[in-house]
This record gives sequence, C-alpha cells and structure tokens, in this order.
Amino acid sequence: MAGTGKAHLRDDKNVLLRVEDLVVEFPIGRTGLKVNAVSGISFDVLKGETLGIVGESGCGKSTTGRAIMQLPSPTSGSIMFDGTELTTLSGEAMREARTKIQMIFQDPISSLNPRRNVRDIVLEPLSIWKRGTTAEQLAAVDKILEHVGIDPQRAAESKPHQFSGGQCQRISIARSLVLNPQMIICDEPVSALDVSVQAQVVNLLEDLKKQFELTLVFIAHDLAVVKNISDRIAVMYLGKICEVSSSDDLYRNPAHPYTDVLLSSIPVPDPTVAVKKVVVDGEPPSPVSPPSGCRFNPRCPNASDRCRSEEPTLREIEPDHFVACHHPLTGGEAPVSVHFK
Amino acid sequence: MTQTDLVRSELEPLVETIDVKTHFKTPRGIARAVDGVSIQIRRGQSLGVVGESGSGKTVLSRSIMGLLPRNGVIREGSVRYRGQEIGNCSDKEMQSIWGREMAMIFQDPMTSLNPVMKVGKQISESLRKNLGMSANEALAVAEKLLHDVRIPEPARRLNQYPHELSGGMRQRVMIAIAMACGPNMLFADEPTTALDVTVQAQILELLSEQKRDRNMSLLLVTHNLGVVAGYTDEIAVMYGGKVVEKAPTKTLFANTKMPYTEALLSSIPRLDQPSHSRLTTIPGRPPDLVNPPKGCRFAPRCAYVRDLCLNEEPELEQADSPDHTYRCFYPVGSPEYFERRVELTRKGELVASEGSN
Repeated sequence: MAGTGKAHLRDDKNVLLRVEDLVVEFPIGRTGLKVNAVSGISFDVLKGETLGIVGESGCGKSTTGRAIMQLPSPTSGSIMFDGTELTTLSGEAMREARTKIQMIFQDPISSLNPRRNVRDIVLEPLSIWKRGTTAEQLAAVDKILEHVGIDPQRAAESKPHQFSGGQCQRISIARSLVLNPQMIICDEPVSALDVSVQAQVVNLLEDLKKQFELTLVFIAHDLAVVKNISDRIAVMYLGKICEVSSSDDLYRNPAHPYTDVLLSSIPVPDPTVAVKKVVVDGEPPSPVSPPSGCRFNPRCPNASDRCRSEEPTLREIEPDHFVACHHPLTGGEAPVSVHFK
Repeated sequence: MTQTDLVRSELEPLVETIDVKTHFKTPRGIARAVDGVSIQIRRGQSLGVVGESGSGKTVLSRSIMGLLPRNGVIREGSVRYRGQEIGNCSDKEMQSIWGREMAMIFQDPMTSLNPVMKVGKQISESLRKNLGMSANEALAVAEKLLHDVRIPEPARRLNQYPHELSGGMRQRVMIAIAMACGPNMLFADEPTTALDVTVQAQILELLSEQKRDRNMSLLLVTHNLGVVAGYTDEIAVMYGGKVVEKAPTKTLFANTKMPYTEALLSSIPRLDQPSHSRLTTIPGRPPDLVNPPKGCRFAPRCAYVRDLCLNEEPELEQADSPDHTYRCFYPVGSPEYFERRVELTRKGELVASEGSN
C-alpha cells in the first residue's frame, strides 16, 4: 500500500498543521543502507480536531510525531504549523515554536525525572521560559495540576515513583499543558495503562481538549482507543498512509484490506461473538528494503500483479474517505477475491 | 497409571489452590497480595485471571509456580498439583515440576530471554536438562518446536539471537521454550500486553491451538477482559488480593454479578460505539494491600456502595449456577442495584451506553 498522494489534504483556513511529502530515513551505520521509517506522507489537522494515527510497531507513526517536533528533523518534506514552516527554522526559533506543540509519551514513569518532585517537574517549562513571577508560576502549576486531578499539595511533596502509572501520565499531561500549547502530540499515551485507567486518561484528554481548545495528534496501535478519541484517522503501514477517513466511517466501511485486518484483530469483550480467524500471517517486512508497489502486497490476500509493481496513491472513494489501494474493499472496483474474512 | 486412575485424573483438578494467602514483607508492613484464593483448573481447561495492576493476579500464578521473590511467602493455604501439595516445596523439589509439568511465559519476552545466547540453545537447554537429550537431538526438537509456533525458517532462527527477532517472534520463542518439555499446565502472564493488536491476535490463537493439541491446561493472566473473552473456559476476576467473581466465561459476561466486573467491562473502548463516547471509568485506585479497607475492598470505588459494604466484608455467594460465585451484598440485578442506578442516571453520572452488557 500505500501511498503517496495528497487528495486528502483540505483547503481550509482552519488548518493548523499541514505535513507534506514527509520523508524520514535513518542511515544504518556505515553500511550505506537506510531505514525508510516514513516514506513520503502528507496529512493535515484542523484547529480543534483530533487526528488519530494508527498502525503496527515500525509503521513510522511515532517517527512522524517526532518529525513534527523536529526530533530529529525529517530527511525531506514540509511541515507547516500555524503558518510557519518548521523544517527551516533556526535552533532558537524552533525552541520557541516547540512551546506551542507539546508531546506526551507512552511510558509516563520514565518520562518524568525520578529525582525531582512533581511540582518542580510541571513548573520547569515555565521557569525555562520565564513566564511570570515565581508566585504566578506556582499558581499556574497548582491550577493545572488540579485540572488533571492531581493534588497540588501532594505534588509539592512527592516524587514520581510515589504516584501510580495513571497518575504519572496525568502529571506528564499537566507538564505539557502548562505553557498553553496549541497542539499536543500524544504518542501511545495509554498503551502502558490498565483498561480502567486508560479510560480515565482518554476522558481527561477529551475534557482538556475542550477546556483548553487544543488540537490533538493521537498516535496508538489500538484502533478501538484511537477510534474513540479521534475525529479523523490516518492508518499507516510501513512508512506510508493507506487510509484516511472520519473515525466512524473508517470503522463502518474499512476500504483498505490492512484497516480491516487491524479492526478484526481487536479482541471483542463478548464471548458470544466468535473469535475471528487472524486474517494475516506474519509481520510487516523490514523498512530497510520495503516491497515494491503497494507495501502491503506480500501480506494482502487481495494482492494482484498490479499491486506488486504499481504503488497506489490516495484517492477519494466516498466523501472525505480516502484510500491508497488498487482493490479497495468498498467504494471502488470489485476486489479480485472477496474471501477476506 | 490404571484406566480408573486416568479417568479420575481427568475429573480431578490438575491444579488447585485452597485458601492461599501470599504475603510480602515490605518496609511499610505486610502486604497481603493474595488473600485467601481458591481456584481449580482441570486438565485441558483454561482459566483467565483478570484484574487491575496490584490485584494479586500475577502473585497468584507465581505462588502456584513456586516463583515468588525472596520477600514473598505463602502464609496459609495449600497449592496442589495432581493432588500433591507443592506449596512449600523447595526450589530443588520444584525443578522436577518446572518445565515438564508446569511452564510459564511472561509479559516482556526480551527480558525473559537471554540476550547473549542463541535461540536454539535456549530452547534446547531444558530439553537436555529435563529429558536428557543430546545436543543434536535437542536442536532437532527445537527446530520442530519453532515450526509448531509458526516461526518461518526455523532452521535459520536457531542460530539467531533474541535481538534479531521482532517482539512477536520473541514471544513465540518463549512459547516454544515453555512447550519444550510438554507441560500439562501453562501459565501465561500478560503474554500479549507488550505486543501489537495484530500480533496479539496471532499469539492468543497460537496459545489456544497449543492448548487444544496438547490437552494442556492454561492460566491466562491479563488486565483486559476483552483478551480472555474468546480464549478461556472460565474467568476469575481478582480485586485487592481476592477473587471477587468467578464463573464460566459465557456466564460471566451474560450474567455479571459483581459491580467491579461490570465496571471493568464497560471501561473497554468498543468499536461499535460512536467516537467520542464517554468511557466509563472506575474512580480512584486499587486498595493498599498493607492496610486494606474494612468491609468490601471495592467499596470505596463502587458506584453502588452502601453502609453495609463499608463495614462488613461480603462472603462468597452463589449465583444462579453453582459454578458462578461472587462477593457482593448488592450485586448487579438486585433491587438495591437498580435503585442506585436510577439515582445515578438521574444525576447524569451514568452514561446511557454504559452497562449495556
């Protein structure tokens, strides 16, 4: 799969982030080989929207999130954030720009400094940027801690290890919010948490998004979580985007065979629903030497000769539903074989 | 073993715990990680043990396996394997059981594999030690095992190191190692939590296939009720070191009694809900096992709590069938439950979509 193509980019004055032809490659030692982590993807996020990016390990979803922050800078491509091209910014200007885009990570415990107390951790961004007086900073920190449901008094006295995983993720969220960013990139923020805590953090993110008028990029491998929080979802596979659609539509009418695989892999908490046979074998091929044509073709049950030679580009099959597939499951010419499930 | 013995062994539990209490010494006092748990697993049966972090589910499986850390000890109760007490066996005595009778796989395959030993050698280790095979025989069996767990090009993989394999492949190697000596009982402690959903589905499928083919018993520990729904015969839900509800899988989902089980179920985001549905959460945190609350341990977080729950601890009650038990004074479906539910819905604290199961 998957493709390049920009049919899904929107011409809207509310676009906050627009990524075009993003390529991220990592050289492997001195071998001359490179890991093609992200191979020319484009997407946009409107103000106040939540974009979900979903895919398996190694599909490039985290690399994409980091490339937006220029951590590291992408190999090529353009990243426009609120009218500013991030890829050409100088170091100092980029530092300034990063205050508007914040990130939270998968492992909340290792992303907090174990030796500092929690209130100082949340305060640090403010003291680095010298926002207000010390008293104002402390007041801002206490307020934000209350917003995320952490007792400020306890935060002033405790270190991260004295909090549970879910609470540490709340602290990370508080730290990301304290500079009043416009956008938060959440990289697998709930994958390390228990389901009950996962629900708390997802609800919290939804609430904060409304309160602080945030725009979210939510990266995860669990399509059920991504679907719940996102307005629009981009499905990634091996460095490419294979499908973009509103989240409800993606679930109702998955068009890309890979999306269908992801959907049917989610365990259903209901024993009366027969467990669907796992529909693909194997794992994604190495991003060092990705397959020709559609990158999903070696695992795709519908692959044809065309898929092996010609790379599909993203095209609209229904209003606001884009897929990069020669034989989509819905909305296109009939698949070569229809035995998918 | 005579024919009658064989028949009896099919009916008797393969593994049984009777009122097991496992305690840990901590700087703050004694943590009662497992506090009186009785479970049975028959041959070829699978039991899912479900609960949040700190519910005691991992400690329970480790208590049965005899793999407790140094500061942990089984204080009371009995652990039996084929009717024999193994709860106070020394490590030396357990060596005849580990591998051949019971095996375990863990959450993180990278840290459970030896990073500087080739995969083939790690699999053959137990074959040579337990079954007395020669190095070559063991490698041949190891290759077959890798083939059984669906690793492509098994012969080549024997000579690879764990870091050369993906996470899913490593977990398959772990399963191959666990299967090597043909155990009767497999413990899988969060075997898929570190894996992608697609790989998770493959691994769960593989485990249930191995269980079926070998007529093995399986204890699957997880925090996700969705994972156990399709792959277990029976489920025990643990909370604060106790089993709070136990039932055959279908009964548990169709006729949930314990509000905790209901809450766990409804906190799973479901694909069939529209996006931005409010997820049901369980407020607060699991209880402190050093100073557990008086009364029902779930009471401080329970939406249906009443005075009685805070003062008295509920005993195990039987639901409609003898194999369904729970610990709750006002279970799901009781008049008090409905009364409170109406109040909560009126106050807008319950989302309409919640509890549809």
